[in-house]
Amino acid sequence: MAEKCKTCELFDSGHRACGGCGASLAARLVTKAAGPETIVVSSTGCMEVFSTPYPETAWKVPWIHSLFENAAAVASGIEASLKKQGRKEKIVIMAGDGATFDIGMITISGAFERGHDFTYICYDNEAYMNTGIQRSGATPYDASTTTSPAGSHSFGNKRPKKDMPAILAAHGAPYVATASIAYPADLMQKVERAINTPGPCYVQVHAPCCTGWGFEGEQTIAIAKLAIETGLWPNFEMIDGKVTKVKKVVRKPVTEYLKTQKRFRHLFKPKQQDAEIAAIQAIADRNAEKYGLDIKLPPKKE
Amino acid sequence: MHITEGSFAVAEAVRLCRPQVVSAYPITPQTHIVEALADFVANGTLDAEYITVENELSALSACVGASAAGSRTYSATTSQGLMLMAEVVFNAAGMRLPIVMSIANRAMGAPLSIWNDMQDSISLRDAGWLHFYAEDNQEATDLHYIAYRVCEDHKVLLPAFVCFDGFILSHTYEPIDMLTQEDVDKYLPKFSPYERLDAADPVSFGMYATPEYYLEFRYEHDKAVKDAREIIAKAGAEFKALFGRDYSAMVEGYKLEDAETVIVAMGSICGTVKDAIDEMRANGKKVGLLKIRVFRPFPSEEVAKALTGATCIAVLDKNISLGAKGATALEVKDALYGSTVPVFNYILGLGGRDVRKKDIKEIVALAEKGQGNQFYGLRKEVL
Repeated sequence: MAEKCKTCELFDSGHRACGGCGASLAARLVTKAAGPETIVVSSTGCMEVFSTPYPETAWKVPWIHSLFENAAAVASGIEASLKKQGRKEKIVIMAGDGATFDIGMITISGAFERGHDFTYICYDNEAYMNTGIQRSGATPYDASTTTSPAGSHSFGNKRPKKDMPAILAAHGAPYVATASIAYPADLMQKVERAINTPGPCYVQVHAPCCTGWGFEGEQTIAIAKLAIETGLWPNFEMIDGKVTKVKKVVRKPVTEYLKTQKRFRHLFKPKQQDAEIAAIQAIADRNAEKYGLDIKLPPKKE
Repeated sequence: MHITEGSFAVAEAVRLCRPQVVSAYPITPQTHIVEALADFVANGTLDAEYITVENELSALSACVGASAAGSRTYSATTSQGLMLMAEVVFNAAGMRLPIVMSIANRAMGAPLSIWNDMQDSISLRDAGWLHFYAEDNQEATDLHYIAYRVCEDHKVLLPAFVCFDGFILSHTYEPIDMLTQEDVDKYLPKFSPYERLDAADPVSFGMYATPEYYLEFRYEHDKAVKDAREIIAKAGAEFKALFGRDYSAMVEGYKLEDAETVIVAMGSICGTVKDAIDEMRANGKKVGLLKIRVFRPFPSEEVAKALTGATCIAVLDKNISLGAKGATALEVKDALYGSTVPVFNYILGLGGRDVRKKDIKEIVALAEKGQGNQFYGLRKEVL
């Protein structure tokens, strides 16, 4: 399908996303990979709002938005209906991290446990961006948001990111992956695999938000790449709960990623917070250990 | 004629309507309905996808998805479950999806109560669904055929609550004339969605509306609810022509012709009221009943017309808009605006408190003495 759709655009231009929006790129790549025989279910959020101001829609595939928290339940109903009608369209959910990690958690758990055949894409921009950058369960450690602001008594978000892929793998999801808008071919291949795997599948797509994270729109791809290169966004694939593919890197220090974004600025100004940076580096090191991210370079010859 | 439990009879009526997707979540006193439907599916007498969702919010959300994809859908709930799905209740109606849902009416907590009143569905009267209220289990079953027929009409395209009193009806065995599959197939055409999610003809459902459009969406929604009157009348008349029972009117009078004091009520209490009226009439009192079967759209004109000859009106409400009045009384007063006939409101039967014939007689006496607008039957010793 990806081959066939290299030139087809199912998420059209003219939508209202910010220039450099990672989520809109995710929508474009996901629909390209999924192809026209797809029904998209959106949760409430940035993507829903910027893509469907009535009477305009950016979606050239059938699309439905019901509420913030219920996309997985709506998809369950669609799947049941298609099954009953003998129809073959694929179902793709497009939901943000707030909808996925927080408010929609119950409906996601229920739908994954029941084993409906759909692909759940979480476009993860690591906070509630539509409402103005509030922390979610996907917000990384020490990121400053409007509800986890850095200040004289705070370094920002106090908790590390929730491990949603592991939670959904624990539900018995046959296919779980992380992907990034910085690697379109990998992302599209993962979406295709998810769609072609029967049962509930999950792909969590790293989608930097220039407005929420504080960087210039032209930096979106570079920053998404740095997240992977520093080990802060492990890019992997899990089949039946086992990690089967990992993007290995020659890791860079996390400061190279953190320095690019205003949400981490308080870690460097007015003075560098070495202990906090070390804690974030430790998160990257644990990711590297857990997923085997590091490329082992051959020992240098004498 | 079968002697059947109310919940089972409703489940049987739903089966005959051939829903293609049923979502189910247990809650007392509704659970017998979805249990019966599960049995039908397990034994092949209902060919439907049966989704055992993880809560009521998802129960109705699954119906939203299935209905938008082009299937006839069904769910059932009550009380706390209905409130958990409240956000979806508004949403399903706004998307104009013709979902039919049974409500086995039950009180709202706190304090927790599993027993009957109508606070649950009445609290969602503004969500843009049609509201049908049954007096007995015959009506409860028949209203399901009618609800599907009306909701799916392309001039309506709205979801409906079919409400019947929890326990009082849902768990009571009554003789019921069940229709056959052939009957229902004759009455209820196959579901033909106005729009559906379809890759061959992509449309967007549930877009967001800026201030330039929202008001018009609400206007059209309100108009659709109001215009449903005509389709309800037509569907009711056709039902009568085929099966003999008349649901063409949204209200029903009992001994109204020469009635001086008129009781206005909804649901199973109407049966008790009728018996009380018979006894009062035997003693020469001119009392009548106006039963409201359809609460949304509210039949204001019919109510005003039916109450023309009354000199005293007593409205019974198994609900209350706390700090104001019962919902039925508010509607009746609105319908009678400008009339000088006194309208008294009695809040009674909340949380399953039994209402008997003697209570109805006492209420009539209170109304005729001009004593109203009160909770009826308070146990003063526990206050």
